[in-house]
Amino acid sequence: MAAEATITEESLRAALIERLKATHVEIQDMSGGCGQAFTSLIVSPEFAGKNSLRRHRLVNAALRDEIARIHAWSAKCQTPDEYAREMAATGGEDRPPLDGTEDGKVAGVSG
Amino acid sequence: MFSRTVFSRVARQTAFSAIRPAATPIKPSPFLLSVAAQRRLLSDAVRQAIDKAVASAPVVLFMKGTPETPQCGFSRASIQVLGLQGVDPEKFAAYNVLEDQELRQGIKEYSDWPTIPQLYIDKEFVGGCDIIVSMHQNGELAKILEEKGVLVKEKESAEGEKKE
Repeated sequence: MAAEATITEESLRAALIERLKATHVEIQDMSGGCGQAFTSLIVSPEFAGKNSLRRHRLVNAALRDEIARIHAWSAKCQTPDEYAREMAATGGEDRPPLDGTEDGKVAGVSG
Repeated sequence: MFSRTVFSRVARQTAFSAIRPAATPIKPSPFLLSVAAQRRLLSDAVRQAIDKAVASAPVVLFMKGTPETPQCGFSRASIQVLGLQGVDPEKFAAYNVLEDQELRQGIKEYSDWPTIPQLYIDKEFVGGCDIIVSMHQNGELAKILEEKGVLVKEKESAEGEKKE
């Protein structure tokens, strides 16, 4: 029996591109390297016309198996237009959300 | 002021154990039911308890730890945002999932959401920390909270300041 593939930034990115037609994906490990907590910036035209919650649920559905296996998950979901606008507004600093982390690492009880 | 007043709401957290029925649900025969059906049957009692928790206040946060001492950075950030937005402590209830494993697992199934914290406003699921923070930043959260009438009234705070 083949071992379960480990979840990595690359595997999450590939899954998002394939399943959500994401045009830009940034995944950041916030577990200090254990591969158990990730934060993401996902840009996809599939988000158009959907509010925050519906976008997140789309991502959760696309990554259901992966998210079930990790301890923490955060996402910022933008359409290509929104991404372009925020990049322009922030001078190129549109990034995965780090709210709730300490120095980009999960703090406290996981799961 | 927000965390001090909210402390009196800690009593709400134990309401979850009080709501749960004492008897354990009848376990279904494993031969007759799929695992999925077993899970559904097992969570009926928990589902009802969560229904009550979700309805216990206009703003409800399922979190790790308490508003006074959050046990996770995401829960802490969420409490901070609600405080910054001026949510009326009288209209807020927090439930500590670390106190109750059934709640900790059940709320994920109930909301169909994989992580904690989870915010409910007027019995509707709003989202987790990342959604709460982004809605705070773009003004959506202020709008909803105002519409639902759950913010500390300005007149009251002004009077409070005068008295002090």
